[in-house]
Amino acid sequence: MVITTEGLSFTFGKQQVVKSLALQVPEGSIYGFLGPNGAGKTTTIKLLLNLLKPDAGNIHIFEQDIKTSRISILSQIGSLIEQPALYQHLTGRENLLNRALLLQAPAQRVEDMLDLVQLTAAANKKAGQYSLGMKQRLGIALALLADPKLLILDEPTNGLDPNGIIEIRELLKKLVSKHGKTVFISSHLLGEIERMATHVGIINNGVMLFQGSIADLQAISKPLVRVDAENTVDAANLLTRHHINVTEVTDEHLLVPYISKQQMGEINALLNKNGQMVYSISKQQKDLEKLFLDITQRA
Amino acid sequence: MKGFILSFRSEFYKSRKTLGFWASVMLPLFIGVLLFVGFYTKSEKLVSMPPMMLWLQFAGAILGIMGSLVLPMYIIFIAYSVNSIEHRADTWKTLFNLPIPRWSVYAAKFFYAVFLVFVCLALFVLFTIGFGNLLSIVKPELRFDDFHMEKELAQIYFKLFLSSLGILSIQFLLSLFWADFLKPMGIGFICTIAGVVAASKGWEYSYLFPYAHPMAAISSMLKNNHGDPSNRLQIDVFTKDVFVSMAIAVVVFVAGYFIVQRKSVK
Repeated sequence: MVITTEGLSFTFGKQQVVKSLALQVPEGSIYGFLGPNGAGKTTTIKLLLNLLKPDAGNIHIFEQDIKTSRISILSQIGSLIEQPALYQHLTGRENLLNRALLLQAPAQRVEDMLDLVQLTAAANKKAGQYSLGMKQRLGIALALLADPKLLILDEPTNGLDPNGIIEIRELLKKLVSKHGKTVFISSHLLGEIERMATHVGIINNGVMLFQGSIADLQAISKPLVRVDAENTVDAANLLTRHHINVTEVTDEHLLVPYISKQQMGEINALLNKNGQMVYSISKQQKDLEKLFLDITQRA
Repeated sequence: MKGFILSFRSEFYKSRKTLGFWASVMLPLFIGVLLFVGFYTKSEKLVSMPPMMLWLQFAGAILGIMGSLVLPMYIIFIAYSVNSIEHRADTWKTLFNLPIPRWSVYAAKFFYAVFLVFVCLALFVLFTIGFGNLLSIVKPELRFDDFHMEKELAQIYFKLFLSSLGILSIQFLLSLFWADFLKPMGIGFICTIAGVVAASKGWEYSYLFPYAHPMAAISSMLKNNHGDPSNRLQIDVFTKDVFVSMAIAVVVFVAGYFIVQRKSVK
């Protein structure tokens, strides 16, 4: 495990924003840390980076305790918290050179990073004049500068256009698959995480509601049978009379919990036999977006 | 120690294109040029003066406003400017998650502010001497070259430097906490006025009030020689107000570190 926390708790004033959190982030994973705005994601990240001191609980990163091995841990982490922190009066390159100075990274690394995030052409422009997407990319370049083993990114695609989002996603995937990094990435958008994460943690109101691999998450989402029919209401009534549970009816389709292929065939036959015109019948996974909402709203 | 040096160099790198840094150079240069022009154009009135009086006039013109106004205001500005770089860029969080001990980051920032004040005052010495000697070249009738007070000037400004540390440490902490300029500026301004009043009215405890120290440093600089004219220019650097200033600086600096340690980064 790259990150392990036990009973991690933090209180802002009277409000407990992180409640007994137990994170498990395996090495070589892209861990999507999901939750609605204000769920406690940024606070958790600040706790991981030792910017905030927990009220209770332990944090181990690279099997070391953050309390005793702060410097050694931080030297292996690159981070981007909220909007990137840039010196507006310095150019993109100068921002990187300044950080390289502090981290004792070679100057060549600065050029490599500019190249990686495609800012070489704009390197001599003041960071204050960058667009939001360019700032975000420079922030990622800053996080990667020291060639860290672990990247902690807080909503890194905020404000990026679709192309920018895809670029970041491909970059992160490459970092994990080719360079053996571990990425901890927070987001309030499941769709974004779904496309790259190997592991997911879902948090709301400071409580971890789900943690596991993407496959685990899909497993708890029960498959459904979707029937597109000419008259969905009559079809639904017919099925209900035959003791088949219909979970959703719209003008176009109805949904029935999936049991087996045979059951699907029986539904089809039943509808046909009773004069209901069926356009299509298929098995479908409950989409994760819905699952995410279910999980976060249940709490 | 390495972390401190790296942080200190980074402070220089970050600030070298800001007004905060250039103010330390431009302020003494500007005042020096102003005086030079003043003495140059009014030279006929000054020709009759003995060289020592010339120098005292020349250096005193700066020192007079230095203790009461220029130095405290400059310090308030410097303390603000080294901290505002981080406030504006929202970079405190990145500074404090560098793999560098927190005390190095904090101390480097504080000592960079001290360094800027030192540079500024050293340049005041340099420009005072430089422009004085330049005057004796372009206006040979002004006998600046017949008297030397380099050592005394250096001592006076060193004393001013030490007496400014108390204010600097307090203003530094205020600027660290508040992102906006008005709070530290307002508090600093009111305290400076109070300090000037206290020092100029000769309040007996004014030596305990840091904002009165630059003013006190000027008024306590001459050693009491009981009217011995041959020793008139002996500078007393280590007076009690200077010790109080240094003590306050040490206490506030250390206390500030513990406050920063505990303070959560928003």
